[in-house]
Amino acid sequence: MSALLTLDGVSAGYGSFAALFEVSLKVEAGEAVGVVGPNGAGKTTLMRVISGLLRLSAGSFALEGRRLEQLPAYRIVEAGIAHVPENRRLFGRLTVEENLRMGAFLAAARRHFSERIQWVYELFPRLKERSGQLAGTLSGGEQQMCAIGRALMSEPKLLLMDEPSAGLAPLVVEQVFELVKRIRQEGFTVLIVEQNVGQVLEVVDRAYLLEAGRIKLAGPAAELKHNDFIRSSYLGL
Amino acid sequence: MNAQRLIAYLPPAAILALPFFLPNYYQHLAVQIVIWSLVYTSWSLMGRFRLTSLGHGAFLGVGAYVPTLLWNNWNVSPWLGIPAAMALAVTLAMVVGYPCFRLKVVGHYFALVTLALGQVVLLVIVAARDVTGGSLGMTPRIVGHSWYALQLPDKSEFYAVALAAWLIGIAIWFRVDRGMERAALEAIGEDEDAAAAIGIDVLREKLKITALSTALTALGGALYAQYLMYLNPDIMSGVGVSFQIVFASIAGGMYSTLGPTVGAVFTIGLNEGLRVLFGTHFIGAANTIYGALLVVFIIFMPRGIVGLFEKLRTRVQTPPPSGAPDTQPAE
Amino acid sequence: MDIYLLEAIINGLLLGGVLALLSLGLNLIFGVIDVVWIVYAEIVMSAMYAVYWLHNYYGWPLFLAFAAAIMIAALIGVLVHVLVIEPILGSAPINQLLATGGLLFFLQSLATLLFGTEFRNLGVRLPVLELAGLYISFSRLIAFVVALIGAVILYLFLARTYLGTAIRAISQDREIMGLMGVNERRVYVITSAIGGGLAGLAACLLVLQYDVHPFIGLTFGPITFMICVLGGLGNMIGGFIAAFIMSQIIAIGGFFFSAEIAEVLAFVFFIVMILIRPQGILGKK
Repeated sequence: MSALLTLDGVSAGYGSFAALFEVSLKVEAGEAVGVVGPNGAGKTTLMRVISGLLRLSAGSFALEGRRLEQLPAYRIVEAGIAHVPENRRLFGRLTVEENLRMGAFLAAARRHFSERIQWVYELFPRLKERSGQLAGTLSGGEQQMCAIGRALMSEPKLLLMDEPSAGLAPLVVEQVFELVKRIRQEGFTVLIVEQNVGQVLEVVDRAYLLEAGRIKLAGPAAELKHNDFIRSSYLGL
Repeated sequence: MNAQRLIAYLPPAAILALPFFLPNYYQHLAVQIVIWSLVYTSWSLMGRFRLTSLGHGAFLGVGAYVPTLLWNNWNVSPWLGIPAAMALAVTLAMVVGYPCFRLKVVGHYFALVTLALGQVVLLVIVAARDVTGGSLGMTPRIVGHSWYALQLPDKSEFYAVALAAWLIGIAIWFRVDRGMERAALEAIGEDEDAAAAIGIDVLREKLKITALSTALTALGGALYAQYLMYLNPDIMSGVGVSFQIVFASIAGGMYSTLGPTVGAVFTIGLNEGLRVLFGTHFIGAANTIYGALLVVFIIFMPRGIVGLFEKLRTRVQTPPPSGAPDTQPAE
Repeated sequence: MDIYLLEAIINGLLLGGVLALLSLGLNLIFGVIDVVWIVYAEIVMSAMYAVYWLHNYYGWPLFLAFAAAIMIAALIGVLVHVLVIEPILGSAPINQLLATGGLLFFLQSLATLLFGTEFRNLGVRLPVLELAGLYISFSRLIAFVVALIGAVILYLFLARTYLGTAIRAISQDREIMGLMGVNERRVYVITSAIGGGLAGLAACLLVLQYDVHPFIGLTFGPITFMICVLGGLGNMIGGFIAAFIMSQIIAIGGFFFSAEIAEVLAFVFFIVMILIRPQGILGKK
């Protein structure tokens, strides 16, 4: 069975600075896969390559067998990949509802806008309460929910989440990971990139360890949780 | 000053001295180049630090009209009139600048306020037509050749005066460039709040450089009026001339000492060249090309002609760096 | 009240309509998508010349000339974006101001080259309405109505449609527009076309009242910018209000003093307002 998302030897960087070196990975439909690693490992770069914000310099990647590396970001969204960016990146001067509306910009998504937004509001009742509020005035956790909700509006085949716990209070971080579980239950495929190794290994099926732009380890989450290297370097055990 | 230094200064000194020996027409060009270089250099004192003024015509106008009015009505010699005009220009700049800087009006907004200011001065000049002649213009009362009245029909003599003023402008630029203010102003241009946080008196630095810039612009305006012996609000103030100042400074390169001067040479030279080429046949053709070139400059050479040379020179001298990251993306 | 003062006030109101119409396009470009078109007034000037030329020289019926001028202006808007703005979209906004400034100079000179510096009058005499002893300019009345309708339509477009929301979003975070499935280039191009078209629309009404010449842009250019900023950038209603305030200052000032003094007062008012409330009348901090 061919995977939903496959990356094959992807290298990418910024100008003369190379950030990723021949990264290969895959995500099966229905899975939740994590990519963990320290600051500066290339995790965000990886997300940006997949969503089309950054051009890769070598290699390729495909969704359901269809090669995407030459496409601009908006076409990749059309193909079915939604990216929740690092630091949320909401449209601060638009309301919550308008942000969600932007998530449904695609023609296919627009048609189902009302059902879609109802579903998102069910998932995030707090957003419904604040639907008319300017997104820039939300709390950190609420913003994260809005950003995730916005990405879900296009009913993506693959949801990319870039460091969803960044900058959030521990209690809120818990809520976010509960959300990830919930989203999985709804049937979404998720690729999540995180520094918070302990928490993310609780919610994903498999994970990759990315260090200095290369995949160092890979395996089922359960195994990685007991891996000595991971335990000493990242779990402080 | 050792011999080597002296020799290094010879070629530029020769170039500066050349107009003394050229025929009238070239002297005329030289005088204009030097006066406008002064104006562009003084604009660039603000422009290089991200204080983009679209209203320097206001100060040019004050510099032009005040000495002339003082001379015509009260026999005040331009030697007094010009400093008075410079003081007035600085006062005007402070009156508008102080609240602006205090209230952190920056960027677009600052540019628009200066635009409004330029227009106000132009309109005041036109409205006071009984005194200033309005749109028809006015002339200083002619007394023939007189150093007292700063009326020097002999272009060589005027060139000497203009050259002296230009040198003052360049000297001031040097002083700012080498002084501590430069670092402070660059920091302010980069991030005002951060600069304030490390103890820079943002307000004071901005006011200082504005005062210098506007005073020198007024000087340039005064000299231009004395040279042309004719003033008119459209030549001396308003949006048109304000923009002209901005473009020439950008075209030459507002970050380097001689950039604005190069801008003056380029624009005046180009204008004259095109005028000679097209004559009166296609009025507007010259300026059309000029305008198009300016667009091209901003897009392809934002650091101006001088910047282009600097880029070429460094590319020839040093091979491109390899491996070292220039910007680290946030991970 | 002095009947002439009343007339000045009313014509001032109507002038406000003209200025409001002018500010719509600029508010969309400068206020909403945050692109600086210093050359905006010259796009209006170009459209005015288009109407003049098509109607007076080629004998086109007026409404056809209007339609053509609007389309030409929209095309100019697109060209300005694609040729001048796009290459420098990432650099400091001051560069946009300066590049379009060069374009300003270019269009003025081109107009001088093609049409000469004489003032051209369309020669269309619109009736002057007489209402209880007051003389009211009919063309200004039309401008007022068109401006009002235009502002409402534009407001609804921006607030209620997907494209409108995208246009509002793009100045807040350009980079991630792609993640919404939005072709950001297309948004800019469409907005530039609309902005240019609105400039053309304003031109149609201006050419009925004013003679066109290459430097006419300098007379209403600065004030249009000020109106946009005064009303709160991107706020169409705010622009309307600001247009009326400025026009009243001009009308009443012109009545009591002279035309120039009136403009000076308007500009001084602008400067003072920016210092007191930089975000504009209806702008949000």
